[in-house]
Amino acid sequence: MSRQPPAARDHSSFVKRWIFTTSHRAIAVQYLVLALTAVTVGTLLSLLMRIHRVWPDLVLPFYGVMKPEDYLALVTMHGTLMVFFVLTVAPQSAFPNLVLAEQIGARQMVFPRLNETAFWLTALSFLTLLAAFFVPAGAPISGWTSYPPFSAIAAAGPGQGAGMDLWLASISIFCVASVLASVNLLSTILLERCPGMTWSRLPLTVWSWLVTSILTLLAFSVLLAAALLLISDRHFGTSFFVPAGDLVNQLIVGHGDGSPLLWLHLFWFFGHPEVYIAILPGMGLASSLFANFTRRPVTGYKFMAAATVAIGMLGLVVWGHHMFVSGMNPYAGTAFALTTMAIAIPSTGEVLGWIGMLLPGGLRLTTPMLFALGFLSFFIAGGLTGPILAQPALDSYLHNTFFVIAHFHLVMAMAGIFSVFAGVYYWFPLLTGRLMNDMLGKLHFWISIIAAYGAFLPMHFAGLAGEPRHYAQLTGPSWSFTNLISLERGITDSAILLICAQFLFLANVVWSARKGALAEENPWQATTLEWCSSKNVRVYRGPYEYGLRPGKTDFTPQWEPDPKQE
Amino acid sequence: MPVTFTRSQVEIERKDTGIGGKPPVDRRPTGGGGGDDWENRPSGRRGPRELLGRYRLGVLFALAGDLMFFVAIVSAFFVRQNAGHFDARENYVSDWHPFAVPPVLWINTAILLLSSATVEMARRHLFREIDVMEEWLGLGRPAVKRAAPWLIATSILGMLFLAGQWIAWKQLAIQGLFYSSNPNSHFFYLITGTHGLHLILGIAAIFFALAGLVVLKRIEMRQIVVDCTAWYWHTMGLFWVFLFVLLTYFQ
Repeated sequence: MSRQPPAARDHSSFVKRWIFTTSHRAIAVQYLVLALTAVTVGTLLSLLMRIHRVWPDLVLPFYGVMKPEDYLALVTMHGTLMVFFVLTVAPQSAFPNLVLAEQIGARQMVFPRLNETAFWLTALSFLTLLAAFFVPAGAPISGWTSYPPFSAIAAAGPGQGAGMDLWLASISIFCVASVLASVNLLSTILLERCPGMTWSRLPLTVWSWLVTSILTLLAFSVLLAAALLLISDRHFGTSFFVPAGDLVNQLIVGHGDGSPLLWLHLFWFFGHPEVYIAILPGMGLASSLFANFTRRPVTGYKFMAAATVAIGMLGLVVWGHHMFVSGMNPYAGTAFALTTMAIAIPSTGEVLGWIGMLLPGGLRLTTPMLFALGFLSFFIAGGLTGPILAQPALDSYLHNTFFVIAHFHLVMAMAGIFSVFAGVYYWFPLLTGRLMNDMLGKLHFWISIIAAYGAFLPMHFAGLAGEPRHYAQLTGPSWSFTNLISLERGITDSAILLICAQFLFLANVVWSARKGALAEENPWQATTLEWCSSKNVRVYRGPYEYGLRPGKTDFTPQWEPDPKQE
Repeated sequence: MPVTFTRSQVEIERKDTGIGGKPPVDRRPTGGGGGDDWENRPSGRRGPRELLGRYRLGVLFALAGDLMFFVAIVSAFFVRQNAGHFDARENYVSDWHPFAVPPVLWINTAILLLSSATVEMARRHLFREIDVMEEWLGLGRPAVKRAAPWLIATSILGMLFLAGQWIAWKQLAIQGLFYSSNPNSHFFYLITGTHGLHLILGIAAIFFALAGLVVLKRIEMRQIVVDCTAWYWHTMGLFWVFLFVLLTYFQ
């Protein structure tokens, strides 16, 4: 690790270096801190939910017994925090800032100030959302999808007043921030590639960020419009979403023939691309890590890049599969079922490509590789239930059950978060010059993957048994539900174990940042440019030239000149 | 490999700005000083127009996002148009009551199209090669004198347009049509309102560009600030034509 001599040290103030900075690396750290804060709060909320499901009468310290509406508020805030501020912020904002510019051989982003503005808007949006906990009636209770008319009328429930307004304000700010950030990312990818970095030499992570940035631009603009319409319904007496004769607390509040379905269309036009924004960067990272730690080139690089684009574009035309039971025209349901199942084709192609890389063996099972394998495992396990839920007939039974919770927690939440962990373990030397502790990392991985399966796999059975989601308690007359309580206890125990395992990660970050083993120049013997120490780079070859010859120098980095051309 | 947490200079500032000591004009200086080979230079040194291209692309992407915003609202318009219901006697009931838009909108549209022409004049003034060369050499009228009258004219026309929209709102209010009256009025006020908000931002951008013409030292930056404002303004004019047709003929 090259150390700067003391004379070259930067004596600018902490505020300039870390708070109002235009350096993309520092912005990446800001985003990572934001995501870590959000995931901490979000996890705490899920812990409260799990505890409530198995001990509903527990008296919480400083709070008392949780009311059903409190449970719904937890569901809403957990979902919003995790989807927007963790699974979007970490893979789509933090990681590109950390490595995208370097991976394409650029010195910095095209619009550094825009980049920083986007971060501060995101932070403002986060604080606005958290403020919803502290208004008198508390946080909103209509779920992270905020379906009207529940979300359109302040009297519809506790938290639907000021809490809901804060939620809408937060999401609107988040939309603006995401669009600004994606303008910066797209322009950077298009304009700042170094000489020789052609499209067919881009690392697959960059392909992913290209696609997710386009999705962000298209989807978040639509969500902003939808949020505006909903705010208007709430405060200016319009009826975009409020249906005729809507009855709330024995009062007719409907003042027109508004269409709640319209919100579902607009929301899910955003919502489905959003899950690809969360998962595609993980897929790109998995390709890179599998190539690095199997020492083999990515199977069918061009196919992988094309599949990423195909998944992104198909992701724009499948939103209706969230709405099979919403009263949408059944013919539309059939069309959306077809497009949804079509997504399985490029996704399966990518998975088969990865398995093709892994099958010949000889894996280097480092911590980032383990997490990438964990990502693959969750992506398959959760993805397999995708084509099941894509059937309108099956979905009409499963839609409001825990089966759906199991599906998206495996394929989006766990796969997404494992790819984030893989990224953090892999790129940690870029931030600190040190490697993360391998022992602690592996322990973290094994406990996490077992506990995560323990928490989310049984939810499939609960869902098949008919256990509804969004219900605060399972107690009641139904015999079958009381039988599920032991299953619920197991899920809660696993969830608590999963949360405890994350302390290993936090300890590892803190310890390794100070005392971890010093990293070499290119600690993972990687080929992509973020590990190149030179500033003025030129690219001579594709991104994944591994396993060319036996030994420690079995790879050719992208920046290594071709001897024949010299 | 720069390490973020060490206290060292993390980033090298982009000192070279792309001008490369050449005037910011379309024609690439070859001939006498030939062999520049712009395409094969590293990013940041690819000719006099590289920086302009960067900002234009950024504005283009931002406007693409904005287009989706209006597309969402327009698709909501068509969905809401068909969102009636059947009553107990199986009669189709709809609260969609089309109304004639105030005729003043025709005048407003003409004003906005005219303002697009004036902002284009301002933009072209900054790119006229002979003027740019003169200014670059320190001769001729500076950019602010050439473009400012057109920019001021654009902002005045923009404000006239907004005033005209306000008059349209007042005329509807006299008829008893407010934002919350019926779905048609929801969409009329929503579309004119969000578009008007974009125009207010546009007028702010024009004032920003005017200030930029005075404050910015480099010819190239002055070109950029006017150019981006002009493309934004044109796009808002184009959006308005579509929205106006929608409100006038497709209710």
